[in-house]
Amino acid sequence: MNLVRTLVRTVGELFVTAGVVLLLFCAYQLFWTNVQADQAQHRIADQLTRTWQRPGPEPTPAPGSTATPAPARVDFGKGFAFLRIPRLGKSFTVPVLEGVRTSDLARGVGHYPKTAAPGEVGNFSVAGHRATHGEPFRNLDRMRAGDSVVVETRTTWFTYVVDKTQIVLPSDVWVIDPVPGHPSTRPTRRLLTLTTCNPRWASTHRLIIFTHLSDARPKTEGSPPALLAKGR
Amino acid sequence: MYAWIWRRLPGPLTVRLLVATLLAAGVVLFLFVVAFPWAEGSLPFLKVTVDQ
Repeated sequence: MNLVRTLVRTVGELFVTAGVVLLLFCAYQLFWTNVQADQAQHRIADQLTRTWQRPGPEPTPAPGSTATPAPARVDFGKGFAFLRIPRLGKSFTVPVLEGVRTSDLARGVGHYPKTAAPGEVGNFSVAGHRATHGEPFRNLDRMRAGDSVVVETRTTWFTYVVDKTQIVLPSDVWVIDPVPGHPSTRPTRRLLTLTTCNPRWASTHRLIIFTHLSDARPKTEGSPPALLAKGR
Repeated sequence: MYAWIWRRLPGPLTVRLLVATLLAAGVVLFLFVVAFPWAEGSLPFLKVTVDQ
């Protein structure tokens, strides 16, 4: 009799424990990952800003020219640019890291390796979380054709303009092709593509924002018009 | 289970409470630092890339 009682009590305690653990997991996902991502983003932003203040190897492109020098390759997990999207908030800034591993995406948005660099001919492709871990692309579904996406590198402001948004399947890797959908075509345009999950709390599809470069200006010439525009 | 653990904690009530709190904190720390980061790998909404 005592044995049965002990057994029933233990099983009950295990169930209650499992419930508490699940609640803690929700707290971890919905709250703690955002706290950690926020700290990591600030750390990377500070690091990047400090690095940029030191003299670097990247020469400044000639004023008015959209030609950019061949960018140096970046180590995985290293921040190398900032993404600013006025549509997502006047102060929306998130660091871009090299790589799309879990650890990269937990600290900013991730640059697909082997896709073009910012401002380069080809398709500069970036992935970011839609939910938890800082959720930089939480409101990416608000993007509309004509919106600006600004990429800040050490020397240059690159302003991209949204062409269209599209919802695709997770297997649609063509969206990050140098010429999206034409894997064997040589690229001539400078594109930026953003990817995130869709719907927000699921993985059945991906939300894709296609953009093209409309302006590149050296940072010595001040902020690009897209960032100076009056509040929406 | 918990009663069994409680009976094995040493000292007077205050010490037991303190040790129990530390044990619970240790478990939560383990969950947040090791178990949850491992478990979230299978969550659907963390998949944001087009698969290679």
